[in-house]
Amino acid sequence: MTEETSRKTRPETLTVGIAGSRLTTTQREVPANDPPPLPPNSDLHVVGKRVPRIDGARIVTGAARYTADIRLPGMLYARMITSPHPHARIASIDTAAAAACPGVRAVHVLDRYEKDPIVRYAGQPVAAVAAVSQAAADEAARLVRIAWEPLPFVVDVESARAADAPLVYPPNPDDKVPRKGNVRGPVKRGPRGKPAGDALDALANSPVVVDHTYRTQVQTHATLETHGVVADWQPGSAIVYASTQATVAFRDELAEVFGIPKARIRIITEYMGGGFGSKLGMGPYGVLALHLSKKAGRPVRLMLDRREEQRCTGNRPSSVQHLRLGATRDGKLTAIHLSSYGTGGVGGGAGSAGPAQNMYDCPNVETEEADVFTHAGPSAAMRAPGHPQGCFALEQSIDAVAEKLGIDPLRLRDLNDSNAARREERRIGAEMIGWSARHKPGADKGTIRRGIGAAQSIWYRFVRLDSACEVRLDREGSVEIVSAVQDIGTGIRTVLAQVVAEELGIDPRGVIVRIGDTSFPAGPSSGGSLTTGSITPPARNAAHGVRTQLLEVAAPLLKADPAHLDLREGRVVVKSDPSRSISLREAAAKIGPDQIAVRARRSEDYGTPPLPPGQTSGMGLEIYGGVQFAQVAVDTGTGAIKVERVVAVHDCARPMNPLTIESQIKGGIIQGISYALFEDRTLDANAGLMVNPNLEMYKIAGSRETPVIDVHLLEEYIGRTSTDAGGIGEPATIPTAAAVANAVHNALGVRMLELPMTPDRVLSALRTVRS
Amino acid sequence: MDRFEYVSATTVAEALAQLGEGRQVKAGGIDLLDRMKEGLSSPKRIVNIRTISELDGVEIDASGLTIGPTTTLATVAAHEPLRDSYRAIADAARAAATPQIRNVATAGGNLLQRPRCWYFRERDFDCLRKGGQGCFAQDGANRYHAIFGNDLCAMVHPSDLAVPLTAFDAVLDLTSAKGTRKVPISTFYVGPETDPTRETDLHRDELLTAIRVPAPPPGTRSAYFKQKEKESADWPLAGVAVALQISSGVVQRASVVLGAVAATPWRSKPAEAALTGRAIDEAAARRAAAAAVADAKPLAWNGYKVAVLETIIRRTILEAAS
Repeated sequence: MTEETSRKTRPETLTVGIAGSRLTTTQREVPANDPPPLPPNSDLHVVGKRVPRIDGARIVTGAARYTADIRLPGMLYARMITSPHPHARIASIDTAAAAACPGVRAVHVLDRYEKDPIVRYAGQPVAAVAAVSQAAADEAARLVRIAWEPLPFVVDVESARAADAPLVYPPNPDDKVPRKGNVRGPVKRGPRGKPAGDALDALANSPVVVDHTYRTQVQTHATLETHGVVADWQPGSAIVYASTQATVAFRDELAEVFGIPKARIRIITEYMGGGFGSKLGMGPYGVLALHLSKKAGRPVRLMLDRREEQRCTGNRPSSVQHLRLGATRDGKLTAIHLSSYGTGGVGGGAGSAGPAQNMYDCPNVETEEADVFTHAGPSAAMRAPGHPQGCFALEQSIDAVAEKLGIDPLRLRDLNDSNAARREERRIGAEMIGWSARHKPGADKGTIRRGIGAAQSIWYRFVRLDSACEVRLDREGSVEIVSAVQDIGTGIRTVLAQVVAEELGIDPRGVIVRIGDTSFPAGPSSGGSLTTGSITPPARNAAHGVRTQLLEVAAPLLKADPAHLDLREGRVVVKSDPSRSISLREAAAKIGPDQIAVRARRSEDYGTPPLPPGQTSGMGLEIYGGVQFAQVAVDTGTGAIKVERVVAVHDCARPMNPLTIESQIKGGIIQGISYALFEDRTLDANAGLMVNPNLEMYKIAGSRETPVIDVHLLEEYIGRTSTDAGGIGEPATIPTAAAVANAVHNALGVRMLELPMTPDRVLSALRTVRS
Repeated sequence: MDRFEYVSATTVAEALAQLGEGRQVKAGGIDLLDRMKEGLSSPKRIVNIRTISELDGVEIDASGLTIGPTTTLATVAAHEPLRDSYRAIADAARAAATPQIRNVATAGGNLLQRPRCWYFRERDFDCLRKGGQGCFAQDGANRYHAIFGNDLCAMVHPSDLAVPLTAFDAVLDLTSAKGTRKVPISTFYVGPETDPTRETDLHRDELLTAIRVPAPPPGTRSAYFKQKEKESADWPLAGVAVALQISSGVVQRASVVLGAVAATPWRSKPAEAALTGRAIDEAAARRAAAAAVADAKPLAWNGYKVAVLETIIRRTILEAAS
């Protein structure tokens, strides 16, 4: 087994640019052990092709094993005890009656309440019981007696900002960001860091100013598979089946919390049913399950029910964004100033300034973001944190500037966005949606009014060097790739098979892919749209290493130099005389005593300064993005918006599998429509409780809300890694709500400043134009 | 969910013998199972009546329509003869829930489902309907709540079928060991002022055994429509059933019943009066719709429902007459 890492480099010629538009080459230093650059997709056999998911049949037939499906011998079932109060002091906890319940094997109260006996939101996990059946655990959970002393609470973001509002957290002079009452910040920033220029001064001197305040709601992740684990504690070690999007991070957290070596922990996530950012850690549920298993000496299954899921596993914070744009009369942006606050309940991260900071070329950019704490469920990273909110505001204000100036909104973007991919995306999308036939805002008359609108997204290219794979070829000719990386549901298993298949000249369906297990080489967390960009380069590097060794084995058999051999269609072929060949299987039979196994990890980006020593993650030079166009029909009698069609033009560097990428983009658009029109975590302000902790009254777009979706993928080569692959999960959902809002404006001539765009809000907006 | 016993009855008499304290009748089980999972109902014994074949089926003759209470919504929706003469009823069955639920949920269950108000369904709110002190929706999150008769309790009646059945003056057979009561649907549903802990006049020892709709007068046309926030799997913001008996181009008799806007299906006498004796045109429909909402009393967050309701009444009157 060899670790293919080296600081030595060699010069290579790499393809860069957009296929079909402008492809050129550039010279960059490439790590000496990295394989030769991949040619564009048109010259490949498997990578870049529409390969159906190799595990699709297993998933749709129910054969795929999710965490919720795991049943271990002697396994116990757990139920959490959560707070019924939005804010309360725990005076005492009596678990005796629960522990004495028939079938109960363990009860555990989270340690944190010893130091800080306060619950800060309704639904906050406090304790859990484990019993021989779910019914017994549920019954026992009801017998845990907690003496609560209810405290004053605030769940409404505006009330929470008041000077006399009940405090969520006591004052803490050590806070890195100063906090006043429940308001933390604001933090001033600008493009990729500090503010640029002087935005307020530039606004004061701009001939054209657009000034709006936008509001967005709290959205829950609502993953199809709820959060949960099956935890199997063994003396000094642990095996945990977890519904996680980060097996390695879960392991590391467990090691820290329980003080056992990482190597003695195994996290297994063969299949998982969605995370959207809410499954990056262990969570209190994971901690509880481990403690219960440790106490009972048996495996414990703790899967959340939907009510728990909706209340305590995370959410996308709300936002109130005061956004001002300044422009010259000929449409050049002169200033962007955003002042925003929002609430992620007891969690932070309510900023929304990413798009305002980084989307457009503008000399004066300043953003101020504040978090407002409330006695509500915690925020968690959610599919492009801050960006759908920020885009909803920015992209509407950009349209408003265009309208004020009488400039076409796409033309205005051309004037202020020099990104070549975005420009091409606007051009292609405009053609696909029929932009030239777009009427003036509000020009449609009648009961049902139609309109089209566009919005664009940006997202960052994160680099994760702690991403590794091992590729093996055994003497029977079986090809296997293993990595701890998990499939969050986007199809990485298939893409890994493609990469290996391309390198070894075989059918991707023949590649055995074992992932989602920390006993394999480390894989990245699936968060930040970085999985494909991080894990496919080491997959290719390792596969290439196997290829090299295999050709050395085959060369004597074919009486040829290894350099003159190729692997194609399952055979080792002499390039100059394809009639001279042997099957890969025959060649494999001759390999050493066991197998060829090559392990590789992701190299630094080509042609980029290396990350500082000791740092394994950073940000790449390029950014991703996309432009979406929505066509809506608005019923002016009922206020109902129907999204009829969405055209999505996106880039994600080299598309590895257009089929799975399109599937992610469609999912992003459906989730974006759902955010735009329906989803709304609703709390009763008087009681501080969520009234819709279910999927009946927490409304999510379904099949009949799904429009016709046309996807066009840009093939953009950036020449940074051995696969040049990128990500799509987040950029796919960022611009949808903004595009829908711009389309509604085009239909009605009125701007929707608040999400979700419900019939209530549409009818109110219509009244403002009528009066 | 608590432990329970489960018995299946094969005759009405067997089912009746099972009724009483701690017993819950199950037909499709859609609502009951939800309530049990949410900890709102904990029956000691469930009495399954899906096994009583005499309660299942649709019959139509000259005197009218009879729907067995365990007939699925899918069956009602797909019944061609029913659709011909009682279109609003078929429309309502087809508009309910989702295809999967309609294949299991029954007509009787649709009429007898408990409130869908989120304060009722969320276990931590001890509301009036659960024997508690007040209505949390009055000054709470009330965007989906009642705009008529909402003083005591702001729930809206969630049933689709109940709305056109009220428009068609349906009569329900309520059977107990003592015999069968025939109760007009208009008095079957009770408002919160009568008793906030129940929505119907069904006694604990009674079983709903038939839904009877008298044959409408010749020339009757009907339609049902509900507006939802989303088309897939959602509850109505407002619904309306219209039945018009038209002869010589003039409305002889009009029924306009509103759904999801009050604690019971809400017959709009002002709208009916505005239509009776008139020819149906856009102006007449508009006047009737305006009359129907004139005395609406929305709460803080549901004023938009008045506008939605007015629109769909106007459209449904025109649709029924077309």
